[in-house]
Amino acid sequence: MSDVVKETVSDAVDIVKDHADDVHEHDVHAGDEGHDEHGAAHPTSLGLSNVKLAMWLFLGSECLLFGGLISTYMLYRNRHSEDVGPDQLWDIPFTSASSFVLLMSSLTMVLAVSAVNRKDQRNTKLWMIVTALLGGLFLAGQIYEFTTFYREGLGYTESLFASAFYTLTGFHGVHVAVGIIMLLATMAMIAKNKIAMSKQPETVEMVGLYWHFVDVVWIIIFTLVYLIPA
Amino acid sequence: MTDIDSTTASEEHEHHLLHDHHAAPGHDGEHGEHDHVSDNKYIVIAVILAVITGAEVAASYIDLGPAFIPLLLFMMAVKFFIVASFFMHLRFDNRIFTWCFYSGLALAVAVYVVALLTFGFFAS
Repeated sequence: MSDVVKETVSDAVDIVKDHADDVHEHDVHAGDEGHDEHGAAHPTSLGLSNVKLAMWLFLGSECLLFGGLISTYMLYRNRHSEDVGPDQLWDIPFTSASSFVLLMSSLTMVLAVSAVNRKDQRNTKLWMIVTALLGGLFLAGQIYEFTTFYREGLGYTESLFASAFYTLTGFHGVHVAVGIIMLLATMAMIAKNKIAMSKQPETVEMVGLYWHFVDVVWIIIFTLVYLIPA
Repeated sequence: MTDIDSTTASEEHEHHLLHDHHAAPGHDGEHGEHDHVSDNKYIVIAVILAVITGAEVAASYIDLGPAFIPLLLFMMAVKFFIVASFFMHLRFDNRIFTWCFYSGLALAVAVYVVALLTFGFFAS
């Protein structure tokens, strides 16, 4: 009886040792393949990229942030004085041009992603800088618009409408600014070979996802805030 | 040798993992197709988006009566889904990403529609 127990325990120990050796061998092999210490290249149990999954979850949660801001604006869009409201302030042709600029920046961003997938570094950098410039142009337009509104009497605390409007479009503007920083930082890192060739497509794609999200949020803001009358 | 020069077969394998070419659950077989969407196709999509934007702006200057707001919301939704599907590659990527994004969107819409209903927004 005791022999059977000893044999069983010995077998179990062998199995555990074999498993430990397998795990060690896998780790060494993974290191050889260039997986970094942060585990960035390790797929999840779903077989998906951790980074990409996290980005999509983040964008899903961002929907709630902008949903709250848009709802607040919709609720308070009529709470303004008679002489300083959307009818007196909105410049639809100007805002349409800004929207067009942001929309085209989505095109240049997707062209950058397409270029990096072809390992075409020159065009990747070119399209990323064009995207950043278009984003900068949009932001400049927004600053001009805010300045004009302020001069016409729409201070941040002038009315509930003003607070809701500036908060919503301001948050969006901050997102655009963060996107520009991400674009320029990624472009600089690619230029200095700080990102391995194998990781460049995913890095640029993540920046692209964020940028396109900023664009789709503006698509909603442009229609609900500017085009639909209060 | 720099990092850039050291692309090996194992790095290629890693690249494929990053782009989920091995991710199969629930996928419709179009996986990785976005790598093959041509730049010309992206330009055509951008032109379509620009035309819809133009139509939105034009609609805001025309008296369309009660159809105005539903039409604008429809065009807004079309633009949203075009960008999400093609530029963000949701159409070609693993469906789990689609679920992650649209779950957040659906939750946001549901929560804030209820919130607006509570304030009597749609009654006014």
